[in-house]
Order: sequence, then structure tokens, then C-alpha cells
Amino acid sequence: MEEVKQYNLVVIGGGPAGMAAALAAKKDGVEDILILERDKYIGGILPQCIHNGFGLEYFGEELTGPEYAYKFIERLQDSNIKVKKGTMVVNITKNKKITALNSEDGLLQIKADAIILAMGCRERTRENIKIPGDRPAGIFSAGTAQRYTNIEGYMPGKEVIILGSGDIGLIMARRMKLEGANVKAVLEIMPYSSGLVRNKVQCLDDFDIPLKLKHTITDINGKERVKEVTVAKVDEKMNVIPDTEEVITCDTILLSVGLIPENELSKSMGFSLHPVTGGPIVNEARETEIEGVFACGNVLHVHDLVDWVTKESELAGKSVAKYLTGKRSYRENPIKLEPGKNVSYIVPYKIDFIDFERKRIKLFLRADKPLENVDINIIHDNKILLKYKKDIVTPGEMITVNLPEALIKNKMKKIKISINKREEGDGSVQN
Amino acid sequence: MVVSRTNIICVGCPKGCRIKIEDEDGKIKNISGYGCDKGKEYAREEYKNPTRILPTTVIVENGELPLVSVKTEKPIPKKYLLPAMKEISRARIEAPVKIGDIIIKNVKNTGINVIATNNIETE
Repeated sequence: MEEVKQYNLVVIGGGPAGMAAALAAKKDGVEDILILERDKYIGGILPQCIHNGFGLEYFGEELTGPEYAYKFIERLQDSNIKVKKGTMVVNITKNKKITALNSEDGLLQIKADAIILAMGCRERTRENIKIPGDRPAGIFSAGTAQRYTNIEGYMPGKEVIILGSGDIGLIMARRMKLEGANVKAVLEIMPYSSGLVRNKVQCLDDFDIPLKLKHTITDINGKERVKEVTVAKVDEKMNVIPDTEEVITCDTILLSVGLIPENELSKSMGFSLHPVTGGPIVNEARETEIEGVFACGNVLHVHDLVDWVTKESELAGKSVAKYLTGKRSYRENPIKLEPGKNVSYIVPYKIDFIDFERKRIKLFLRADKPLENVDINIIHDNKILLKYKKDIVTPGEMITVNLPEALIKNKMKKIKISINKREEGDGSVQN
Repeated sequence: MVVSRTNIICVGCPKGCRIKIEDEDGKIKNISGYGCDKGKEYAREEYKNPTRILPTTVIVENGELPLVSVKTEKPIPKKYLLPAMKEISRARIEAPVKIGDIIIKNVKNTGINVIATNNIETE
């Protein structure tokens, strides 16, 4: 029998979520914390995100990814939180037993009082979106190309087509251009870019890289290496419009076609994943359906700013401290948070606890389409409890609203949040 | 009299206002299409002297990793982005490298240094 090590808290993943959660738990008095990280270094995806634009919300200064990560790595080094790098978790049970592997310890058996899942997300691939054609070398997910270029020192290619205009696609368009590649076009199947305006201007317009909206790849041609792609226009239903095909020669295709929370381990624990976010169902403490198992960051729902990952993870860390000290009381009925009109999802999914210390509960939500001049209505029993005015909402930018504790009443069972156009009449509730 | 019109997309928020600047003999005559004062100010700056922070990498010798990420300490004029990349691509730095270390002084005579944004230990 191998030895079973016991910890108060084990954090799975040493990216921005895992680091912030562990530090927050520590700050609130949790002892014996272990972070398990599968890569050779901690920091998650941040060290390869060498561009600036991080930290404005959390630190009030603009940092690059590695600099943002380092602020937490430094704090970890000054703490007695244990970090095991190069360690792959292969199984977690409902009873919080963790099996992990690394080259130093071999097989590790760990028992935890509490677990925080902070495994982040992974990129959607060509297989996920089913692009037909040959299968030559030269097709990369944008994040993989980013790692090659910024960490490992390989240039993915010379003549580049990028599919997907999310922020990673835009950032990589600029990166490839700066390193001497010819970026021929960025294609976007939607009628709008899902990336930040700032990235569209500073990554594409600055370098005259064309953005082709309502376009997709219909064929890839090449034997050893990518030789050319066929691109075509799509209609409102995203069906390819015949006779709009155009062949572009290139040797490299980067795919920036979305991120999926990495929940293989969560599935092995037996809890269900939300159909929209792909993450576990959590309450306001970021606690999953299994008591004492928490989740935060991109494993829960894909964030667009690391600053929000940090804030959410600190909340999860604090929640662990409350769980371990037994300092929490359940509501008689949980309050379900339900997405109303134009809302694709809300995290958390429910409110389980009575907590008079907190002044407000921060809610993260996303619009399901771009809308201007809207009210974000927090609704109970067809009455608007609170209204936030917003000039613009887009699916690409997470919306955060506060639900004041003072508005939460004993008997409530459901609170709905809707995004309504302001012209639709101020007084009436549309949900 | 030389009149010119320039369009600038504001990057302050997702609205992305299309701001028009009218210029007469090198002087801004009119700014329109902005949604807020911040946007107007952004457009004025972006018209007069567009600047960007340049983040990239430099080759490290004898390091645990082959590259270190770097950035210009302050934004540099946009027109120097590609020339600065040429200069940066020729640089080599010996490990160890610490965050904040100056890697290149006064890149492209802008008066601005290129600094490391990560730590790289020796091999």
C-alpha cells in the first residue's frame, strides 16, 4: 500500500484561477494547501500571452500575461503553499481522493478535505468544427501556435490564414505579422468580430490585415503541408452561399474557434455539466454539486478577462475557508438564478447560503447577441428588483452585476435576469 | 488650404465609435462621431501621435527556455513597430533574466527601453 497524504485543500491546476484561489484560502486561515500543476511551470496560459492588456481591472495597471502571473507566483513563493509541478491528476473520487502521477513520486494518493477545480479550458479543434479537406501539416489551434512562437521559439509558418476573430485569433494575427509572416486574412463566420474593438484596431487595422466577416473555410488542400484553402461567404443561417468560393494560397491555418472548459476530471466525479457553459453547476460560493468541491476560472465558464478569473477564484478560496470552519448556514430554499430574455447564462446558478456579512453577490452573465441601449433587469415574481443601464452588450464581453444582499428575501425561490432594449417600454417586464 | 478627413475607430469600449477628424493645414478643425469625452480625447491623440506598446520575445542564451518575453517600457510611435521588431530580433541575452531587466536601451532612438516581462533561469 502506498502512503496516502492528507491536505486541507488541494487545488487542481496552477494557472491564474488555481493561484488566486489557493492564496485567498491561505489568507483566510486554511493550512496545508497543495497545488497540483501538470506543466513544468505555474502560471497557466499567462506566460505565453506576452501581449499587454492584463490587470487593468484587478491591479489598476496594464501588464503583460507573464507579469500578471508573476505577481501571484511571487506571493506563492513567499507562502507555505506547496506546489507540485509536472504532476498530472488522473482521477478524483466523490470522497475527495485524488490520484496523480509525476516522475519524482511516481503514483500519488492524496486525500483532501476540500478540492478546488481550476483546470482552465482548452481550445476547440478542427475536429470540433468539422472542416472538410486534406489533413496536411500546418494546421494549428491559435493557442498552440502562440506557445510555439512565444515560449518554445518556433515559427509556425510564413503565409497564414486565421479562422475565428476572437481575441486569441486577433492577437495571433499581429504576433505572426510582427515575426515576419504574411497574414493573408482573418475569417469570421459571424457578422461581427467576437474580439475586443481594441484588438481589432491594434492587431488587424494597424497592419492592414483584412477581416472577412460572414466567411468560413470550406476546404483545405495540401499533401505534406497546407497549400491552399477555399473560403466562402455564409448566409444568416451560416450556410455556405454557392459561387462565393475563393481559393487562397497559404502554408498555415490557425484556428481560433472557441474554448471549452476542461472537465474530464469533473466528469469522473460524476457531476453534470451545464449545457451552455460546459462547466459544473455551482452555487454562489462556487461550490459544485459535491459538498467541499469547488470550481473557479475557465473550468467553470470561459472568461474574457483574467482579472475576473482572479476575482472569482478568490471567492472560491474564501468559500473553502468558510466550508472548512463550518461557518455557513444554508437557506431554507435555494434561490435559482434563471437566464431571461437575451441572456445566455448566469454564474452562479443558485444561491444556497444566508450570509449577512456580504453586502452583495456578484453575478456574471453573457448576452446571447449584441444589443445597444439596454436595461439589465433583475426580476423576482415579475417585478423588477433592480435595473442596470448599459449602452452596449455583446456576447464577447462578460457582464457583471451586483445583487445586493438587502434585496434577497427569505421566501424567494427564483430570480430571473433579462436584458431588454430600452425602447421596449420601461415599466413592463419582458422575460 | 489643405483639408483632410480621417476616420478613427475608438477602442475605449465595445461600441467602437467611428470618429471623424477634419484637418485644415495640419490643424484639427473638427472632431465628430464620438460617444463620450474620453473618445474625443482618444481620437485627438490617435490622430496626432498614434503610439503602441510593443510586446515580443528575445532569444536567450543558456536559459531554461529559448526565449524571454519583452515589451517596450512605454508606448512607441506606431510607425516604429516593424523597424523596432528588426532591431529586437537581432538581440541576444544571456540567462538568467529577471522581470524588468533592460534588454535593449533606446530602441530605434525613441528614448524608450525594451524590458523583460518574465524571469528565465539558467539551464
